[in-house]
Amino acid sequence: MSENIGKIVGVNGNLLTVEFSSPVIQNEVGYAHVKGEKLKSEVIRIRGSRAELQVFEDTTGLMVGDDVQFTGELLSVELGPGLLSQVYDGLQNPLPALAAEAGFFLKRGMYLQALDRAKKWAFTPAVKKGATVSPADALGTVPEGIFEHAIMVPFHLKGKLTVEEISAAGEYDVEKVIARLKDAEGQLVEVKMYQRWPVKIPIRQYAERLRPTEPLVTKVRIVDTFFPVARGGTYCIPGPFGAGKTVLQQITSRYADVDVVIIAACGERAGEVVETLREFPELTDPRTGKSLMERTLIICNTSSMPVAAREASVYTAVTIAEYYRQMGLHVLLLADSTSRWAQALREVSGRLEEIPGEEAFPAYLESVIASFYERGGIVRLNSGKNGSVTIGGTVSPAGGNFEEPVTQSTLKVVGAFHGLSRERSDARRYPAIDPLDSWSKYFSVVDEKDLEFARRVLREGSEVNQMMKVVGEEGTSIDDFQLYLKSEYLDAVYLQQDAYHEIDGATSAERQKYVFGVIAKIMRTKMSFADKEAARRFFQNLTQVTKDWNRQDMESEEFRALEERIEKMIAEVKEYA
Amino acid sequence: MHKVYHRIEEIAGNVIMVKAAGVTYRELARVTWKNGDSLAQVIRMNGERVSLQVFAGGRGIPTDARVRFLGHSMQTAFSEALLGRVFTGSGEPRDRGPSISENMIPIGGPSVNPAKRIIPRNMVRTGIPMIDVFNTLVESQKLPIFSVAGEPYNPLLARIALQAEVDVIILGGMGLKHDEYLFFRDTLEEHGALSRSVLFIHTAADPTVECLMVPDICLAVAEQYALQNKRVLVLLTDMTNFADSMKEIAITMEQIPSNRGYPGDLYSQLAARYEKAVDFDSAGSITILAATTMPGDDVTHPVPDNTGYITEGQFYLRNNRIEPFGSLSRLKQLVNSKTRKDHRTIMNTMIQLYAGFKETLEKQAMGFRMSAWDEKLLKYGERFENELMSLSVNIPLEAALDLGWQILADCFEPAETGIPSALTEQFWPKDKKASAKE
Repeated sequence: MSENIGKIVGVNGNLLTVEFSSPVIQNEVGYAHVKGEKLKSEVIRIRGSRAELQVFEDTTGLMVGDDVQFTGELLSVELGPGLLSQVYDGLQNPLPALAAEAGFFLKRGMYLQALDRAKKWAFTPAVKKGATVSPADALGTVPEGIFEHAIMVPFHLKGKLTVEEISAAGEYDVEKVIARLKDAEGQLVEVKMYQRWPVKIPIRQYAERLRPTEPLVTKVRIVDTFFPVARGGTYCIPGPFGAGKTVLQQITSRYADVDVVIIAACGERAGEVVETLREFPELTDPRTGKSLMERTLIICNTSSMPVAAREASVYTAVTIAEYYRQMGLHVLLLADSTSRWAQALREVSGRLEEIPGEEAFPAYLESVIASFYERGGIVRLNSGKNGSVTIGGTVSPAGGNFEEPVTQSTLKVVGAFHGLSRERSDARRYPAIDPLDSWSKYFSVVDEKDLEFARRVLREGSEVNQMMKVVGEEGTSIDDFQLYLKSEYLDAVYLQQDAYHEIDGATSAERQKYVFGVIAKIMRTKMSFADKEAARRFFQNLTQVTKDWNRQDMESEEFRALEERIEKMIAEVKEYA
Repeated sequence: MHKVYHRIEEIAGNVIMVKAAGVTYRELARVTWKNGDSLAQVIRMNGERVSLQVFAGGRGIPTDARVRFLGHSMQTAFSEALLGRVFTGSGEPRDRGPSISENMIPIGGPSVNPAKRIIPRNMVRTGIPMIDVFNTLVESQKLPIFSVAGEPYNPLLARIALQAEVDVIILGGMGLKHDEYLFFRDTLEEHGALSRSVLFIHTAADPTVECLMVPDICLAVAEQYALQNKRVLVLLTDMTNFADSMKEIAITMEQIPSNRGYPGDLYSQLAARYEKAVDFDSAGSITILAATTMPGDDVTHPVPDNTGYITEGQFYLRNNRIEPFGSLSRLKQLVNSKTRKDHRTIMNTMIQLYAGFKETLEKQAMGFRMSAWDEKLLKYGERFENELMSLSVNIPLEAALDLGWQILADCFEPAETGIPSALTEQFWPKDKKASAKE
């Protein structure tokens, strides 16, 4: 590629105006040269002979007249073995390697290769010379942690290709050419162990998209039972600050029943990423018995890191998720928080002096959000295997008010809504997912009829509670009062869950089915009490015992003993008609 | 050397524009005229048109003032000599001491590599039960105090500063009343803490642009101390004034406002400052406590709202008390499992019961009959407010936990509290006060 150099004519925050003479491409990457540093940037608008670029770094020290070198390439990521257990910034710079080079602070203009070039991988070929292959077909595999990582025919190629040459089994680094393919025009293409792909373009090498029906178990009772998530589905968690969005995401990343978890920490606190970073290597994955980090990848562009890279980070994350989906794996992408990403769009839009939409967000916000969530999904690959990308995004609405553009645009495109409420978190009812406002279009792990009944109890119990605020306890009938106590009981022992308790913190689908069955029966039992005070005391005791029950291992003696005790307690108050 | 310009093309608010070449983004310049001089910083470049914000403000600047570019961006001195001194927002001495210009360091530097951070693990003891028991402060935490004007947030900050075990205290005052500044200085001096403090003070009477510099300058100095293995506590008061200064400049620059006139990057700007709080892998730490006043006691106002999303929790100060609802220390889980095993349970149970007390109060206000349970809650709530919530209480964590058990035992039966049986057996006080009998 010939050198294409432009000159800076204006600087405003992280936005450069650059005059160019040779053609440039919308969204291509350019490097601004300043005192020996090269700052990565992306073309976001072109007007006449001037291009506007957003810089992924701090722009201090740039000067009018400085050079900008255009690369002719869109913003891309490297895809290959060695991605898992890594910690990248929004532009796929490996942060630990960066720390080794630059020390405590992030250094401007320092970009490292995403994949370790020195590391050797044990390659096993899967095709023979002369075979016909299509893009995304596996040419061979290398073991990566707990998976066989497929080395695939580059996704950008087209049509049928013939394998002219394939490496024998052996230890190679990622730069090694492992195959030469001949395309329909007779051109020879070299295939390395890694490929590059532009982040803003979805990878679509599959036979068909399927409907998400299989549940994705998160071991959070209120989610799996009441507001389930499906593999390949999308969901969002809006909530005011302090309502527990991030804790919920952390629990999900730990227990979710998927192969790969990608955490996109997008414009949030660095401290939270550090917790994952330092704790995950110590934790064991209950599915494989190996370190949790082996199935995790962190894309981390925290709030104090440059804003433009924050916008790129969610695309980097989803592209890597799609790459692993191509291997027939189930991937969960957690984006925390999509509002910060939307704000990054707003900042850039403001600097471009575009006409603002609602709350100064750009008018194209909705379509950008929709096309991001649409990159999730469960697909049948050309190989016949299924793979999925499930996307869960948190939303941080201004003032905790869901009537704002980011929440509303997100609600239109997701399959489940876990709305966190300030009242519940103030009352320390965690996870603070509002059981009356939230919804899901996917299938629960428990019996639908029981679930419908439980929802009714919650709804009617809350109505009684509202009414009691007006007419007082004495004006409420004992039946209504009992209904209210039942809904409170269900809330206390099932919806609420102690995230920090070893056993209560993670409830398997099997246990949920069992426990929910018992509780649904209690809900349906008609009880009789002498007065309201007796009813209240009974439910206080029952709650206490049930909570103790939740804290016992399902296989243990204590679990059975407590269950018997609960049954006894119920039998004592049961109304025999 | 650097060129000097004599012709200012535009003056609007605190922003001037000159036509200049060879200027770098964010570079500093010195503006001098007959009756004064000031620093100024480049905030936008468009061809040869260079806009600068003038620290001393635009008032009184003639169009023929001299503008000399200095060839570097904002810097501050860093040395041991800073301790015990008071400076302005642009780093000039505010006390009568000499100015310091050795070892200049840039301010507003890059952020810490997350890979070099560690999980915070040390509790900061304050002697205030509402903090120690219910929302434990942790070393390297960033935490704002949300309150309305008139609440004693500055005395609270000062008290935490004096009782916390830290090596260096850095106070950044933004838009402080002069007497509040004197209050801080005198309080620190009285308790012998001034010798380990550095003060950067912008008072309400000083030019707006200097206010913008205060957090950056404080945190740059704090960072240097932390790298020398010191535990640093940074107090910033009041961040709402900082945000308002930002708004003023943004509007002058004709930026499109996003929410109530604040610039669209308010979140990023605040985050860039708060995220300087850090516990370094193999070095010291920075803890940030910041006062954020809420105009009209409205937490959905853009400044407290954005702040809440950035910081690791918040303390609400209302009616001279730290409110248990809404107040939150996100990092408390990292330390409160290591204090005493009943700590978390006491923390959760007492708040849940206090929420019940609040509901009962509502019922009472509406004239409903009080049940036996309501009576218990009423009694409990009153004791909780007087003996634990009051800011005048000054007891160590362990004593506060014991007191918590005593209050519970005086008001309730064990089963009514919902505490796991294993804990009540160990901690439930046996000697119930006689007065607790109904």
